[in-house]
Amino acid sequence: MPSLRQIRRRIRSVNNTAKVTKAMEMVAAAKMRRTQQAVLAGRPYATRILELLGHLAAQPHPEEEVHPLLQRRPVQRIEVVHIAPDRGLCGGLPGNLNRLLGRFILDQQVPVGAVAIGKKGRDFLVRTGREMRAVFPHPGDRPAVADITSVVRLVTDDFVSGHADVVYLVYTQFVSTTVQRPVLQQLLPVQPVELPPAAAVGYIYEPDPYVVLGALLPRYVEMELYHALLEANASEQSARMVAMRNATENAKDLVQDLTLLANKVRQESITKELLDIIGGALSLQH
Amino acid sequence: MATMRLEIVTAERLVYAEDVELLVAPGIEGELGILPHHAPLLTVLQPGELRVRKDGQDQFMAISGGFLEVLGNKATVLADACEHATEIDMERAQRAVERVQEQLKQHLPTVQLEQALASLRRAQTRIKVAGRRRERPGAPPSH
Repeated sequence: MPSLRQIRRRIRSVNNTAKVTKAMEMVAAAKMRRTQQAVLAGRPYATRILELLGHLAAQPHPEEEVHPLLQRRPVQRIEVVHIAPDRGLCGGLPGNLNRLLGRFILDQQVPVGAVAIGKKGRDFLVRTGREMRAVFPHPGDRPAVADITSVVRLVTDDFVSGHADVVYLVYTQFVSTTVQRPVLQQLLPVQPVELPPAAAVGYIYEPDPYVVLGALLPRYVEMELYHALLEANASEQSARMVAMRNATENAKDLVQDLTLLANKVRQESITKELLDIIGGALSLQH
Repeated sequence: MATMRLEIVTAERLVYAEDVELLVAPGIEGELGILPHHAPLLTVLQPGELRVRKDGQDQFMAISGGFLEVLGNKATVLADACEHATEIDMERAQRAVERVQEQLKQHLPTVQLEQALASLRRAQTRIKVAGRRRERPGAPPSH
C-alpha cells in the first residue's frame, strides 16, 4: 500500500496532465472547426472542376493526341504521395494511415517510391527502409494552394518523364468528427468521370477543347492534392480532439479512484493511531 | 433587366455568388463580355481584371487565371485566385512589384524567372483593379 503522501503526489501529477490534455482538446476543437470549414469551402470548386473535366473528356479527340496526364502505360514504377500529420497525440490516425501504405507497398510487384508530406509519414517510411523519392514539410493547418505546387510539379514531372507510371495519393478522409478513413486513391493518370453522352452539350470552346483540357488537367491535379490535404487536416484535428477528450476523461476517472484510495489510507492511519493511543492509555491505567 | 447567376469560386472559398447583368472576363484570346442567356461556353482565363455589372453598378475584381464556364444562364468562374477590388491591399501589391523588380535585376534560372514574372503580373493587375475602385466609386453604368 503506497503512503498517503505518495498518493497525493500522484493525484497532483494526474491533475496536471489532465489540464494539459484539456488545453490540447480545446485547441484541437478550434482548429477542427476551421479545418472542417475549409474542406466544405473547397468543395464547390472541386465538384465544378470534376464536372468540367468530365465534359471535356466526353469530347471526341484524336487518339494520338492523348494528353500526357491522361496517358495509361504498363506499370513499371509506382509513386505514392503520403500525407500524414507532423505531430502525434491524435489516436490511431497515423498508425492506420501508415499501415495502409505499408501493406500497399508490400503487395506491389514493382518498385514503389514514396513522397512524404508530414513527419509521421516520413519517420515511418525511413524506419521501415522504404524508397524515398522526396520529403516535404507539412504546410500546417491553414494551407494555401501555393504550398503544394512544388509537390504537384514533382509528381507530374515524374509521371510525364516516365519515372513513375502511376501516382497514388494516401491520406485520411474526413467522414465525421469521430470517423476518419485512411484512403488510397489514384492521382495520375487522371481518370475523368464517365458522363452520359447527353451531358456533353454543345459548348463553345475558346480556343479549342484540347487547349482547355491542357490547361484544366494540371489545375485538376493540383486541386485534388490540395483537397486531400484539407481532408487530412480536418481528420487530424478531429482525431486529436477526440483522443485528448478521452485522455482528459481517463485522467478524471483516475483522480477519482486515487482520491478514494487516499481517503481510505488516511482513515486507516487515523484508526491505527487511535488504537495506539487507546492501547497506551489502557496500559498506564493498569 | 435580365440577369444571370454568377459564381466565382477558388480552391479555397466561394468568392462571389450573385445575379448579375454583365460579366467581362479576360479570356485567353482577349476580353469577352457575357450577357444573360449566353450560349454554353468554356474558356481559359488569363490573369487580369474581371468586371461585373450588378444593378447598374460596375464592380471590379482581380483574377490570376482560371476557367470560365457558361451554361444555362449561369456563369461559373473557377479562379486560381480572385480578390474583390475593396479587398486588395494596395501597399502589399506595390511592395510585391518592387520585390519582384529587385529579383529581376539578378540573373535567374528559367523556372524562377517565370514565377517572378507571373507574380509581377498578378501584383500589377491588383494595383490596376484597386485603382479602378478609387477612380469611380459606385460609378454609373458607362452605357
